[in-house]
Amino acid sequence: MEFDAIREYLPLYAEAFKLTVTIGWIGIALSLVIGIAGAFIMYFRIPVLCQITKAYVELFRNTPLLVQLFFIYFGLPKLGLSISSGTCGAIGLGLLGGSYMAESIRSGLFAVSESQKTGAASLGFRRGGMFFYVILPQAVSISVPSVIANVIFLLKETSVFSAISLMDLMFTAKDLIGLYYKTTECLTLLVAFYILMLLPVSILGSIVEKKVRFGMYGS
Amino acid sequence: MSDNAKEILKIEHLFKDYDNTPVLEDIDLTVNKGEVVVIVGPSGCGKSTFLRCLNGLESIREGRITLDGEPVDPNNRSIYKIRERIGMVFQSYDLFPHKTILQNITLSPVKVQKRDKKETEKEALELLERIGLSSHKDKYPRQLSGGQKQRVAIVRALIMHPEVLLLDEITASLDPEMVREVLDVVLSLAREGRTMVIVTHEMGFARAVADRMIFMDGGHIVEEGSPDEFFDRPKSERLRSFLKTFDYEG
Repeated sequence: MEFDAIREYLPLYAEAFKLTVTIGWIGIALSLVIGIAGAFIMYFRIPVLCQITKAYVELFRNTPLLVQLFFIYFGLPKLGLSISSGTCGAIGLGLLGGSYMAESIRSGLFAVSESQKTGAASLGFRRGGMFFYVILPQAVSISVPSVIANVIFLLKETSVFSAISLMDLMFTAKDLIGLYYKTTECLTLLVAFYILMLLPVSILGSIVEKKVRFGMYGS
Repeated sequence: MSDNAKEILKIEHLFKDYDNTPVLEDIDLTVNKGEVVVIVGPSGCGKSTFLRCLNGLESIREGRITLDGEPVDPNNRSIYKIRERIGMVFQSYDLFPHKTILQNITLSPVKVQKRDKKETEKEALELLERIGLSSHKDKYPRQLSGGQKQRVAIVRALIMHPEVLLLDEITASLDPEMVREVLDVVLSLAREGRTMVIVTHEMGFARAVADRMIFMDGGHIVEEGSPDEFFDRPKSERLRSFLKTFDYEG
């Protein structure tokens, strides 16, 4: 292991790390917006939108991110819309993540027991009040673990960004290996930066999970 | 019961099906203000379904249910107002797991009835005091025993100031030693003159609390009468054999 090389590459990795994290989290934010909207549409079975959402979920959950990125990156310009590879990455991640998030949140909503709804109804709750005060908080609690798992999964999926020449961590590592053949150093740095990106999410995730675990306890 | 008893809940010719299978057939019952009506019967006889109909939780095929003259109809928008006036407690407690005990009690009066939060909390604490659980007000349902949870569920229904209280097998999932603490609360409510319709399998309790007993079987009311008549001189063979199943002597 050559520590000089590591010292030399470090700033490049730091730069790539910033880019990966930024685009990753923008994509995740987008995926949450899509996911929440999609889950509500499927829960309330809003006509037309519900069918569209289901088709979207199946399409994006059953195709690889790489293929989705290619469609956006090379397809949109053909339609006259040119976007930067950064925007493309964030949108691709958001669309892929949105399909996973929608399923996680939807299953949380449906997991709230019928007897909780009956109990709330017997107390005079209208539909809206029942949803916001009784169903939603419990659904969130049930969804949190799988939403966090999705976040971690999506952050790792950013490694595909290199295919649309985004200077992310993976791209930087491959580029440096190609130039200088310092494979061990480059891969070690790559692993270290991915852990740096994901470990805090894992730790924070399990703290949040513990905090909202009430949904799994009895009532 | 006095002669000028005021009718509060009236059920006329009630029919109810589940997918064309009749569950309740031609039920007639009038509950007077301050009266405690206890319904017993074998499992699956329709008594829980009947209670759910009284709170508009089930749609009915035929007949009429009225609370003080107003229809109890799940397809009518007035059902929400009606449910505020009819309290119900279930076998499975159904406290809100994400809310503390105090929040569980105050949620519906504050959010549904738009009552003042401070006043409601004060009333909730008085009620909790009465059932001996005021020290648990900041705990979550999961931290309480079944009997404690069920007492909280009763208080949660009471704080809505219901005109009628429906209790659906509220001790059925409790350990024997917890049954008593819950039934004592119900007995004290009966003494205060609360109007209640109770479904239970606790025969001793039924006899102690009831003004009138109802025996249901196969979706019908088979027999009704005062507790003494009902338990000591049952008229129908079906009630006699039902009561025998609770008898371990001889």
